Amino acid sequence: MTRNQQIRWLVKPAVFLASVAPSAWLAWAALNGRLSANPLADLTNETGVWALRFLCLTLMVTPARRLTGWNDAIRFRRMLGLFAFFYGSLHLLTYVVADRLAGLDFQEGIVAWTTARGLAIAIGSDVLKRPFITIGFTAWLCMVPLAITSTAGMIRRLGGRRWQALHRLTYAAAIAGVLHYWWLVKADVSRPQIYALIVGCLLALRLWRWARPATAPMAKRAAA
Amino acid sequence: MLIKKASDIATSEITHKSRYLNRRQFLGTMGMASIAGAAGLLSSDSLMAASGAAHGKKLANIIKSSLSVKDEKINSWDEITSYNNFYEFGFDKSDALTNSGRFVASPWKVSIEGECDKPGVMDLEDILKAETLEERVYRHRCVEGWSMVIPWVGFPLVNLIKKVEPTSRAKFVEFTSLADPKTMPGVRNPVLTWPYREGLRMDEAMHPLTLMVVGLYGEVLPATDGAPLRLAVPWKYGFKHAKSIVRIRFVDKQPLNSWQQYAANEYGFYANVNPVVDHPRWSQATERRIGEFLRRKTLMFNGYANQVQSLYTGMDLRRNY
Repeated sequence: MTRNQQIRWLVKPAVFLASVAPSAWLAWAALNGRLSANPLADLTNETGVWALRFLCLTLMVTPARRLTGWNDAIRFRRMLGLFAFFYGSLHLLTYVVADRLAGLDFQEGIVAWTTARGLAIAIGSDVLKRPFITIGFTAWLCMVPLAITSTAGMIRRLGGRRWQALHRLTYAAAIAGVLHYWWLVKADVSRPQIYALIVGCLLALRLWRWARPATAPMAKRAAA
Repeated sequence: MLIKKASDIATSEITHKSRYLNRRQFLGTMGMASIAGAAGLLSSDSLMAASGAAHGKKLANIIKSSLSVKDEKINSWDEITSYNNFYEFGFDKSDALTNSGRFVASPWKVSIEGECDKPGVMDLEDILKAETLEERVYRHRCVEGWSMVIPWVGFPLVNLIKKVEPTSRAKFVEFTSLADPKTMPGVRNPVLTWPYREGLRMDEAMHPLTLMVVGLYGEVLPATDGAPLRLAVPWKYGFKHAKSIVRIRFVDKQPLNSWQQYAANEYGFYANVNPVVDHPRWSQATERRIGEFLRRKTLMFNGYANQVQSLYTGMDLRRNY
């Protein structure tokens, strides 16, 4: 087996399974009463935290590659990014169902036009009214075009440069995700702080690289 | 002989060396910080199994109170003892269960202080000798938007207040909780100013619904829920219910409760359950009753409006949240 094949047939499936595992465990735990007395809150919190973790992992790929010289790392970036979107979407879905839908009146029964309308209003007004929901929804919206344009065909159609520019939205998604977490906790901001530190470092690395005089080593340039 | 000629570049110009060499160090530091943070995170979020606290001693001679909620499903022992906020043990709702193993609830003394004629330190046992215990099933509404129905056992606070004879200067009662870093690991974290303090206006404290709780489900109150002595003020949000009370003080000025001290724009002194006054960050219109899927409409004063709304006649409840 070549190195290429090893990654394709062994490492990638392993990373895929490891990435699915948290959602599978959550589903199993929820169905078997292994979550807390408020399982809907657990599902919402955990899917949100996993979205943030995968965003961090996605942002770690490029620096890790540069630091270690392990160029194959790039082959996992799309999958990790799509898992961030997957967990972010689950997170949004639990909010829509367990928080917004479950809070409706259902005066004409659950299967009714008024339910759809009521749900749309309940979500829309919440997104507009509450800053931590606004920023969280923004984070998810940032990831939508990234997921849509994640295929090789889309990269070709957009062209590498434009595709790359678009995918810098990941930075916005990560920042918005951290703010969302920070603004929703009651008192103990230590966990949001850790994510802020990670995302901050990962973005600082990029800023540093970007601000640094391009390719030639400094000493040489100074001598020239 | 080789003649070494000095370069015509000023050395100061070349010597970006330290910065040049630092670049890897900078990259490394940032990378290491990211990885260390990530490793810490994976172990920090703890989910808990839904089994609750160990059972305690049965309390004797409990009478059933007519003030109990009727026709609402009572939450289970496991739900009540495994899911609550008790920051002295940690910030997660499972922390009271996980971290309260070293807590000692007996013997217990309560210091009665301030504007009263009979101050002093009382043994909880002595306080209880004089009281008839009642079981009262109360709705309990957390400011976070979840609720339970809980069969507390206790006695009306007004009984104790009358015994210690507050003076005419006593306008408020302040409750102080235990903050023992040896047995309560959460108080090592200074997020709130410890010890935890709460307060009631005198008429609120003397209202017949205001209960000093010493038991749950007919048993001695477990450490998870504020053993051995806590408040239940069912028309107010849960954070008003001081737990593990060691001091009751009568004062003439409105005391500063811990959450108000932490964020006065989010947590007030009154904290009456009110569906039309939102928390700045979330709505209080509905609540999730633990164990249910559909959210319930939150009731004014948590459904106790008939009994308590006269306490607040003429008050602006939007301003006095």
